[in-house]
Amino acid sequence: MSTLILLLATGLGLGGLYFLVASGLSLIYGLMGVLNFAHGSFLTLGAFVGLAAANTVGADTWGGLALGLVVGSLTGAAAAALTELGLIRPLYDRHIEQVLVTVGLSLASVALFEGIWGPNPRNITRTDWLTSTTEVLGARVPNTAFLNVLAAAAVLAGIVAFLRFTRYGLIIRAGVENRAMVTALGIDVRRAFTLVFAVGGAAAGLGGVLATQSLNYVSPHMGSSLLIFAFIVTVIGGMGSLTGAAVASVVVALLQQLANYYLNNTGDLIVVLLLALVLLVRPSGLMGRPA
Amino acid sequence: MSGPVLEVRGLTACIAGQEVVHDVSFEVPASGVTAVLGRNGVGKTSTLKAILGLVERSGEVLLDGVRVDAERTDRIVRRGVGYVPEDREVFAGLTVAENLRLAERRATGGRGRSGTDSRGTTAQHRELVAALFPELARRAAQRAGTLSGGQQQMVSLARALLNENRILLVDEPTKGLAPKIVGEVAETLAAAAQTVPVLLVEQNLQVVERLAERVVVIDAGRVVHTGPARELLDDPEAVQRLLGVSTGSTTGAGSTISTAEAEADR
Repeated sequence: MSTLILLLATGLGLGGLYFLVASGLSLIYGLMGVLNFAHGSFLTLGAFVGLAAANTVGADTWGGLALGLVVGSLTGAAAAALTELGLIRPLYDRHIEQVLVTVGLSLASVALFEGIWGPNPRNITRTDWLTSTTEVLGARVPNTAFLNVLAAAAVLAGIVAFLRFTRYGLIIRAGVENRAMVTALGIDVRRAFTLVFAVGGAAAGLGGVLATQSLNYVSPHMGSSLLIFAFIVTVIGGMGSLTGAAVASVVVALLQQLANYYLNNTGDLIVVLLLALVLLVRPSGLMGRPA
Repeated sequence: MSGPVLEVRGLTACIAGQEVVHDVSFEVPASGVTAVLGRNGVGKTSTLKAILGLVERSGEVLLDGVRVDAERTDRIVRRGVGYVPEDREVFAGLTVAENLRLAERRATGGRGRSGTDSRGTTAQHRELVAALFPELARRAAQRAGTLSGGQQQMVSLARALLNENRILLVDEPTKGLAPKIVGEVAETLAAAAQTVPVLLVEQNLQVVERLAERVVVIDAGRVVHTGPARELLDDPEAVQRLLGVSTGSTTGAGSTISTAEAEADR
């Protein structure tokens, strides 16, 4: 029983990380139709810069962690906004070129990160609380899982509030439905594009710093590996659906954890099979709009 | 006599790489309703979209004598071009109130980035919309996607009428609506046309007869006739030849223009 509790708790924590990456992917695709393969780079950059900021005041303190999370988010947001302005904006409505540019950026940025911080994972320093566990119904659950779930829930609530209660949120919701009609109402939808990239980048940057706390290391490749599962989550949830991304993040992460434990480390295989099943049975995803 | 509010010169429009509007030229005077007529699929909707820059285009579009064809759609609209698209295109997942709030523009009065006037929403326009469409206030919290076709058309018209405009581009506002609602939509457009010129794409000749002073007839992507609406509608032979409508009356009232064998309109 305690093993199942542990698997469920760590699965939820992993799901939180997936959601932090997938939320941005889903929003960006929903509004702009851009498959952003560079999203993992925002995560990695956020992680490295966030940890560097945390180290300035002590990465093993709560203040250091908070600073790292804030700086990681801002770094992700800035990198994403610059990417949108410099590389995506000149290629609006040229989706194949956009994909090629983001793929190129993801490859180049990993090489850049390796050049700056070295190719190998680096161990990090964490607060005492994050290195320890909390007992839940007999299971010793890593505290990082609680932090991930809390952060993902806060980001989900924040994005939902932003979409529901702000004018830009209104523009984004309308733009996901019918971008041309938004411009025909006299609205410069490009600003919403940049904002969506920045919001997605901030979530990814936050996810980057949180991922280092769970993994206990930082690596130039961490964004790439998380991005693959975030894409799977986004497709399963329904491209463009934030709620779908949240539900799929939890489902995918739980399945992965359970299969890894009970089915001889077949978690990744099970997730890919789930992806294939969803694409066959419901190609628009769990909560996506039919094409 | 003031000049035309809208001038279209040598306009071509392409959809999916195919030219569907060829070298179209016409003017819209600064008052009244100018109707764009033609069979289905001849390029009427594409002409409106090309004026707004919603499709690939070339040629000249002048608003109040100023060329706007190099500008983005949102800039053209902010200059005071209200657009009511074919098939309403309300945002189905947004409430009625959100649809209207999204349409409200802020006037910049010459302080826009380009230094040009940007026309917006005023209290007067909100009052006008509230008076024209009292039902929308009652349905403010309802999702637009759950409204009837007529109610969605009200939202679409209200979005355009919320702002100070130099011209309204209205694309088939009565399409698919019940006869009673068609009358209401025509009344609304007649009221709007008291203060702002309207370029109206319309298939229902009864509505054209009710509203339009001038007509521009398009066939196979080209302008084939322009002139007073009365003159065309009083000539059954011309109506039959240009629009494919056999009226059986002197005006063509109540007739709906037929489908051409041409390519789809959009």
